[in-house]
Amino acid sequence: MADVSIEVTVNGQPRRATVEPRLTLADFLRERCQLTGTHLGCEHGVCGACTVLLDGQAVRGCLVFAVQADGSEITTVEGIAAADGTLSPVQQAFREHHGLQCGFCTPGFVTSVTAFLRDNPSPTDEEIREGLSGNLCRCTGYQGILAAVGAAAHTMNTGTSNAGTSNAASINEGAR
Amino acid sequence: MKPAPFEYHAPGSVEAAVGLLAELGDGAKVIAGGQSLVPVLAMRLAVFDHLIDIRRIGALRGIEERGDCVWIGAGTTEAEIGRSKLIARRVPLLSRATALIGHFQIRNRGTIGGSLAHADPAAEYPAVALALDATIEAHSPRGQRSIAAADFFTGIWTTALESDELLTGVCFPSATGKQGFAIEEFARRSGDFAVAGAAVAVWIDPGGHLSRSAIGLFGLGQTAVRAAAAESAVAGLSVSDVNPAEIGRAAVADLGSVPSDLHGTADYRKKVGAAMVARAWERAVKEAVSG
Repeated sequence: MADVSIEVTVNGQPRRATVEPRLTLADFLRERCQLTGTHLGCEHGVCGACTVLLDGQAVRGCLVFAVQADGSEITTVEGIAAADGTLSPVQQAFREHHGLQCGFCTPGFVTSVTAFLRDNPSPTDEEIREGLSGNLCRCTGYQGILAAVGAAAHTMNTGTSNAGTSNAASINEGAR
Repeated sequence: MKPAPFEYHAPGSVEAAVGLLAELGDGAKVIAGGQSLVPVLAMRLAVFDHLIDIRRIGALRGIEERGDCVWIGAGTTEAEIGRSKLIARRVPLLSRATALIGHFQIRNRGTIGGSLAHADPAAEYPAVALALDATIEAHSPRGQRSIAAADFFTGIWTTALESDELLTGVCFPSATGKQGFAIEEFARRSGDFAVAGAAVAVWIDPGGHLSRSAIGLFGLGQTAVRAAAAESAVAGLSVSDVNPAEIGRAAVADLGSVPSDLHGTADYRKKVGAAMVARAWERAVKEAVSG
């Protein structure tokens, strides 16, 4: 089976590689780019841990072959923070509102929520729940994650963090 | 969970793609968004020697008004359909169905052509295509042909497409006059395939009588199915004389091959299906009456 040459941009860095067609984008990022922040849980599109941004759109890294991403720009969780390491509003909110415990699912949540809030900057609580439904977390029970998304939306809309308020209050902030 | 090796092709035109299909035969499979195919390959439920990726074929993407129909290219993503104002206005049932498909990450990749060609009996788009009498367009080395949705879904994950045919687009009749549309489904979790669901369209005349109705059922058979007997039983009746719960029960009464699995017995699925028809019917009628 013939390998295929691809050119992609990963977190702003151009990359050229020759890949087996069956290599998934998630495996390409982890094994060929050494970007192991993209996690693989189920490898068949259910858990969302491998979510990355492909030309800005959140997609399952395990359901795209690397050859299909030829010519595209990819952002992984490693590319979400600023170059100096300052956390993005979404990352900061996850940290402040207990949006993670073991952290395995977190890369997928951070990339998904980053795209979700870009497209819907002032989501209702119901829209946040729907937006999170494509990512599974086995630790938190989701309450901290819901609070984090509401808080991140608030920060991005007002430029101020509402850290320190209760989870419920911050969900309501996000729902406004 | 790694797919078996395959040869990858990314032709730049429909002609090149169908040429490859003709040359490679049953060992080849078309891939679009891959949201159903890649899991199948990863679990090795199916193995293909060749994948033909349609992503470089620009002619397969787009949404256009063509006469009294809206044409949607096979490679158009569900996300694009969900965002389309033209579809929201002309084919509202399709817009409403789109929001129920998987999650937004899946809709960013999944395509309408892929969903129709994959023909999952529990998927939304095949039921909507049936309910709206959509026409499916296919190309082969012999030329183009149109296939009525009613003739397209032939079995579980099986369609009327020949092995050298490429699904290139689908035409949905535009909504006109006093019509109402609704889709309802029940799934265990948001984004899961439905245990059962119903897409309903009703057309009423100025006197408030049903000139036509369409009920597309999904998750309730080997393919999406129309509840034709229930539709004809209410034809011509005044909308106020149709009891939603009764048409729900009638719609599932004659179903022959309702699946039974972990998520529900056939009997349970029929009850859920009847409830989904009743809810969708009520909403569709309300919209038609007020519109």
